[in-house]
Amino acid sequence: MVTLIVKDVAFGYASAPVLAGVSLEVGTKEIVAVLGPNGAGKSTLLKCIDRILHPQHGSILLDGEEISQMSRLELAKKIGYIPQSLAHAFSITVFDAVLMGRRPHISWRTSEEDTEKVLDTLKMLHIEDLAMRDINELSGGQMQQVFIARALVQEPDVLLLDEPTSNLDIRHQLEVMHTIKSIVRKHEISAIMAIHDLNLAARYADKIVLMNGGGILSVGNPATVITPENIRLVFKVDADVYEKEGKLHVVPLRAIVRATQG
Amino acid sequence: MTRNRSVSEKVTTSDEIRTYYKRFIARKLLFMALLIILIGLIAGVATTLGSYQISVTEVYTIIWHGLFHEPETTKELVVWNLRLPSIVMGILAGIGLAIAGTTMQSVVRNPLASPYTLGIASAAGFGAALAIILGRGFAAGQYLIIANAFIFAVLSAFIIYGLSRYRGATPETMILAGIALMYLFSAMTGILQYFGEQTAVAEVVFWMFGSLGRATWDKLLFVFIILAICIPLLMLKSWDLNTLSAGDESAKSLGVNVDQTRVLCFILASIMTAGVICFTGTIGFIGLVAPHMCRLVIGGDNRYLIPASGFLGAVILLAADTVARRILAPTILPVGLLTSFLGVPLFLYLILRRKREYW
Ligand SMILES: Nc1ncnc2c1ncn2[C@@H]1O[C@H](COP(=O)(O)OP(=O)(O)OP(=O)(O)O)[C@@H](O)[C@H]1O
Ligand SMILES: [Mg+2]
Repeated sequence: MVTLIVKDVAFGYASAPVLAGVSLEVGTKEIVAVLGPNGAGKSTLLKCIDRILHPQHGSILLDGEEISQMSRLELAKKIGYIPQSLAHAFSITVFDAVLMGRRPHISWRTSEEDTEKVLDTLKMLHIEDLAMRDINELSGGQMQQVFIARALVQEPDVLLLDEPTSNLDIRHQLEVMHTIKSIVRKHEISAIMAIHDLNLAARYADKIVLMNGGGILSVGNPATVITPENIRLVFKVDADVYEKEGKLHVVPLRAIVRATQG
Repeated sequence: MTRNRSVSEKVTTSDEIRTYYKRFIARKLLFMALLIILIGLIAGVATTLGSYQISVTEVYTIIWHGLFHEPETTKELVVWNLRLPSIVMGILAGIGLAIAGTTMQSVVRNPLASPYTLGIASAAGFGAALAIILGRGFAAGQYLIIANAFIFAVLSAFIIYGLSRYRGATPETMILAGIALMYLFSAMTGILQYFGEQTAVAEVVFWMFGSLGRATWDKLLFVFIILAICIPLLMLKSWDLNTLSAGDESAKSLGVNVDQTRVLCFILASIMTAGVICFTGTIGFIGLVAPHMCRLVIGGDNRYLIPASGFLGAVILLAADTVARRILAPTILPVGLLTSFLGVPLFLYLILRRKREYW
């Protein structure tokens, strides 16, 4: 059982406030997609939930426990996070990179069990053929799958994914989202992802959080949040939204011409 | 499900990965074993070199014998009191500088970092200059220069530590603070040299060219103790150092206390560097070249990279010192002059062969 409660969180960087009055509840087996234009505060929100940033106001509770009271290690056992931009300064094999996901559970020596977990995860994501490759010689999409594998090996209760499909081709987008969904259901965990693809969000998320200018504009199931009105309001785009075979489809029509400043 | 196999590596099943990974680890251990053997060989040959003729087999016999008995014959005295100290210093200094360099590269997340990147060499140089020119410092007699160099080097490390506690231990903070200190100490050394007596100034210059010739068994014991404390602690942190490579955010989400890891490893690397260079003067590029060459052979996992580059550092420094002693014999070049040249082929290699952008 997982419940993550974000209560009235506010956060600002030194230069400017970003998040204000953000509240959110995420339950077990739930996939939450955070949508919103560039700079809306999606990444900032995810970083606050993993305590990479410290909110100036409000509280974040995981299973009733305040995350600011937990140690870094406790938190790492419960929350896995994949940042938006991925890089490795030094070369290391993909296998070793994924094995790092076991860090919260062991301090130095890896066991057979850890190795097996890595192998299973590589297999699940169909990236076994990358195992012995140098992580710095991968394509953007391959790198993204490796980081996802690392977060899965970490076996957290909550997965935070910052645009997990941004570098993937359409087949891998579907595969990765499917894998995340089946893991969330099977292991009874939750996932929160920032994502730009409205169709993918509508198809895989149980709950949509629509952000705009550092606040939450609307929360609910895909059909109630992803509407032409909301898309127009937040993204300044005219779009058609229709349902076909039980799935929501968004077709952008045109960007609304920006009002020229007088 | 059909998938394209990658051309270079044909590992696709879990069994193949298991085998391949075991072989990969075996290769790293083999590499280290080879380096250790090489250290033994070079040390043996280096001990034979000099005006007094001693053969390689005699050297090994004398070393073995000397472990259990006091040296008595002339040959034994030459080996144990004249030749071995500088050779053992070469091994210890090579290990210390190379491991400090490896650590520093992970700490500031930059493969071009070295033990001296954050200004520790100029701090030690200033300490030595203060002792030589003004005769002021933290100890008396023959240990004045050494104590001064060591204390100023460690002091500069703690200033950087203090600043990063205040501003967050990011690579940027540390590098900026390090560069500022480097200029400060160089400028102060410059002032001392400007007003100093000519013979003293020459001595400062001579001190700064690193050399193994000043080693004695007392000093070696001190260096050994420092390494024996710092290296195991760094090994314990080696996996955490790996996570820094993925960026601070990823490292934090893996449960690593990033600031603490960075600061602790930086302090340990600084103490090791200070412990070495206070006896030898600055010996350049070992700490830069050794980790680079090791990474090419065994990859970037610090759990193996730290010991391997230590051994390679010892090999390089011993070899360089042997060359430095023979190249203009009977004049002995300070080894620090020679190792500085080692940086040139490394950078040429990086320019010509490097696979991706590093900076
Ligand atoms: N380190 C930082 N320092 C100062 N301001 C920042 C920093 N990071 C982000 N911001 C600002 O905070 C706001 C929210 O940024 P955030 O990265 O959360 O947006 P986002 O919704 O993830 O956008 P995107 O879709 O482009 O990833 C932006 O206005 C951005 O300029
Ligand atoms: Mg973002």
